[in-house]
Amino acid sequence: MCSVREISCKAIIETVRRLFLEANTELGDDVLRCLNAAVSREASEIGRYGLEKIQENARIAREMSVPLCQDTGLAVLFVEMGQDVRIIGGNFTDAIQKGVRQAYRDGYFRKSVCDPLSRRNTGDNTPAIIHSEIVRGDKIKIVAMPKGGGSENMSRCFMLLPAAGTEGVRAAVVESVADAGPNPCPPVIVGVGIGGSMEQSAILAKKALLRPLGESHRNDPRLQRLEREILGEINKLGIGPHGYGGFITALAVHIEMMPCHIASLPVAINIQCHATRHKEAVI
Amino acid sequence: MNKPINIHTPLTDEICEALTVGDIVLLTGDVITGRDTAHRRLSDAVLAGDPLPVTLAGATLFYAAPTPARPGQVIGSIGPTTSSRMDRYTPMLIERGLRGMIGKGKRSAEVRDSMKRYKAIYFGAMGGVAALLAGCVRKAEVVAYADLGPEAMMHLEVVKFPLVVVNDVRGGDLYEDAAARYRR
Ligand code: SF4
Repeated sequence: MCSVREISCKAIIETVRRLFLEANTELGDDVLRCLNAAVSREASEIGRYGLEKIQENARIAREMSVPLCQDTGLAVLFVEMGQDVRIIGGNFTDAIQKGVRQAYRDGYFRKSVCDPLSRRNTGDNTPAIIHSEIVRGDKIKIVAMPKGGGSENMSRCFMLLPAAGTEGVRAAVVESVADAGPNPCPPVIVGVGIGGSMEQSAILAKKALLRPLGESHRNDPRLQRLEREILGEINKLGIGPHGYGGFITALAVHIEMMPCHIASLPVAINIQCHATRHKEAVI
Repeated sequence: MNKPINIHTPLTDEICEALTVGDIVLLTGDVITGRDTAHRRLSDAVLAGDPLPVTLAGATLFYAAPTPARPGQVIGSIGPTTSSRMDRYTPMLIERGLRGMIGKGKRSAEVRDSMKRYKAIYFGAMGGVAALLAGCVRKAEVVAYADLGPEAMMHLEVVKFPLVVVNDVRGGDLYEDAAARYRR
């Protein structure tokens, strides 16, 4: 018989709190490296100026421990729950919400969540969006991702005809980034989910954003090629950093894919601004 | 890249006419903030003929909602939100004297038309560099709709706030020009 490991809600609350505090104030090293490379490749002077301001902002935010962006996001979490874990000392979902509430209070982050129709603010940045999956093992992996509204608003879902194929996917992604133009705070990272169902493609697109910048798809050469080609096309659009013109409109295109229905070709495009924030921990 | 131009509020005809798409501007003076729900309320007030809680004549409106200030800070992080969500309310505010707008992203044809007609300017502020921009804010206080929490309208005193002219009084558009220039 396999043993069960107990994990306390207290540990979950503390982890979620810490991850959101860090995510909102510290830009990841992968993003910083990618920005460095982008500055040297950007031929547009105003584009370079815009990229340098992003680097300077990241330094200030880290040193002063203040939010990188005023939009400290909707709190999105990806949780991988080991099937041999038993949660003690309370309710798992409540613990996550509590950790989010504490991070947004203690970090002096903006509370950006409201009732969709009355627009009344919930006051504590909850409810968080929790995507969970049950996996092998006796640990919990938590990824905290504060997601800004400006870039989220430029995201799209398409139910393409299967006949549209790879070309259809390519056109949908490039068109979405072109239409978004300066709105989602370029340079952006483009998460693409292909396949699954309507909602699964969107979840894949969001998950694709969690991949470290600079890494291509882990094993599918078709997707590795498609990521490279789409990035090339996007960077020919001329939008540039902040939309002020240039060649660095996107830092990366990340694609995730899974099988879908024989009648469908779902494609979701989740746009992430340069303030790409996610931190993870394993308890 | 053009050398930065220093300008002071209030924005006058003379200042607005001298600005051209692509100019880098360092803005000093008074700015009010307001975004989605504040715009809806301003528009409701205008339509109902009620007095407005802020003065629009000559004003510069920044589409922003900062993070809360920590003890000892003037303001938390602050930066622009996407302006197009304000487009449906903007011509009405420009007609009532609004001269400058600060945000990010494209504006509608209607907004650009009324900017031409009333000599208003739309400035782009860089998105996602809010820790840096906060350093240009010297004073901040809530002046209207405090119940909206982060969306409340504030009065800010800014010094050399870095901006770029996106739409000028002649109907020019930086985003269109820039993308056309670098498109391959
Ligand atoms: S899109 Fe991203 S960088 Fe831009 S304002 Fe929103 S959260 Fe900040």
